[in-house]
Amino acid sequence: MATIQVQRKQLNFWERIYLPEIFRGLAITSGHFFRNLLFHGLRAFGLKQFRGAVTIQYPEEQRPLPLRSRTRHRLTQREDGSPRCVACMMCETVCPALCIYIVAKEVPDPDIEKAPASFDIDLGKCVYCGFCVEACPEDAIRMDTQILDIASYSREGMMYSMDDLLHPEKHANRILVDPKRP
Amino acid sequence: MDFFPAALQLTAIFIFLTGVLSLAGLLTWVERKQSAVMQDRIGANRARVFGLRLFGLFHILADALKMLTKENFIPKNADKFLYQIAPVISIFFALIAFAAIPFGDVLQIGGYQIPLQGLDINVGLLYIFSMLSIGVYGVILAGFSSQSNYSFLGGLRASSQLISYEIAIGSSIIGLVMIYGTLNLNEMVRVQGRYFWGWLPAWGIVVQPAAFFLFLTAAIAETKRIPFDLPEGESEIVGYFLEYSGMRFGLFFLTDFLETILVAMLAATLFFGGWQVPGLAGDGFHFANAAWPLPSIAVTLLGVASFACKTVFFCWFLMTIRWTLPRFRYDQLMRLGWTMLFPLAMANIVVTGGVMLLLNR
Repeated sequence: MATIQVQRKQLNFWERIYLPEIFRGLAITSGHFFRNLLFHGLRAFGLKQFRGAVTIQYPEEQRPLPLRSRTRHRLTQREDGSPRCVACMMCETVCPALCIYIVAKEVPDPDIEKAPASFDIDLGKCVYCGFCVEACPEDAIRMDTQILDIASYSREGMMYSMDDLLHPEKHANRILVDPKRP
Repeated sequence: MDFFPAALQLTAIFIFLTGVLSLAGLLTWVERKQSAVMQDRIGANRARVFGLRLFGLFHILADALKMLTKENFIPKNADKFLYQIAPVISIFFALIAFAAIPFGDVLQIGGYQIPLQGLDINVGLLYIFSMLSIGVYGVILAGFSSQSNYSFLGGLRASSQLISYEIAIGSSIIGLVMIYGTLNLNEMVRVQGRYFWGWLPAWGIVVQPAAFFLFLTAAIAETKRIPFDLPEGESEIVGYFLEYSGMRFGLFFLTDFLETILVAMLAATLFFGGWQVPGLAGDGFHFANAAWPLPSIAVTLLGVASFACKTVFFCWFLMTIRWTLPRFRYDQLMRLGWTMLFPLAMANIVVTGGVMLLLNR
């Protein structure tokens, strides 16, 4: 069996008597302490360019996510507000978690022919693989709402109807993406 | 004894004790906030009363409310009496140790002499150390009576650690006792009012610098806080108070902070001149070529303020140490105590004795 000999750094005399290293550590931590205290103070007096902390106060603030991160689904809309979905069942077929439920209906427009009567996603089952987005031939489903805080008190609450999916702002704490964006 | 000075002294002691307890409460907030600022975080700031946040100061109240309203759990097989009395013992002895701390010079009001000290006894230093030692019983009993292996381990560690460091802390200040020639804490502070070469105050840190580091190290070990928090050992055994909940746990928690304050006050008293202010004598400030006379009451109150400032500084310093250093391993802890601190303290005594002999000749 292969072994790796780890060469531990030999401590010199000043490191072995411990006290100078403690003072170095204290200098580092107190340096941070006083610098941050000064920055907090300057901020309190309105000088906003100083930040004494790197904290993002989560529910109120959120770190911007990368554009391609897969977040809560939405259904894109046509000009008139109807869903772009043509109920081809591609996403429902490809979904490995079997969490998409589509009921199709007929529409008189010969260019469209089919549309969903209902389009439900059970987010309690969804694994966020993004296959539905890749399978969609109409660019009708996307996962770019940037909404991550999905929570509910019941399993039923995790079922998102077509209306919820067309208007992602309804269940979100904040809106990052305009749902009308094509 | 007259009624008036007794009442005045009681008032002073009451204010002092209130200050100590408020500071202990405040330290729970300081611990969270200071660690946050040191680590580039913000820290607890969510508790809000009428939209006021006050830098998270309401978390002290929120903590107290939480502790008081939580279930007071007693394990099924625990020794009920010892289990319930342990936190009380712990905090009781931490509190009465403050009695011997001189927080000011003798206050002179209308011909009365009011000592600003709860208990002016000749063996004040020994009294404080003995109270600290008896306080260990609370910790040991808590670990022993909980009927939990982890608590038991915590209690065992506490007993061996605290007894080991008691020896180091005791021998570290003997050099100081030799120089001051007294065990009376108020006398010790008075002796520190002298000056070397007319400007350098003869504080303990000047005459016994090595003893200060030994004392501080051993004293931090006595408070059972990081880097010496083996009895607690949060990440491995949770500690001697594992089974405690509610305010009984709160008492242990408060004891830690009270001991921190006690150590801060001891360090200020023994090594940083207690209530002495550099340049301030009994009748006002005296500098090299200038004098600024002050009434006696003002001088005494300045002394109290100076003592409070030193205490707060040391509380801050102990917090900084607590949030800077990692924890010792148990064998390292014992090695540090027995093969480093204790022999060094002994060497300090010998050197101090030799220097005193040379200087007196």
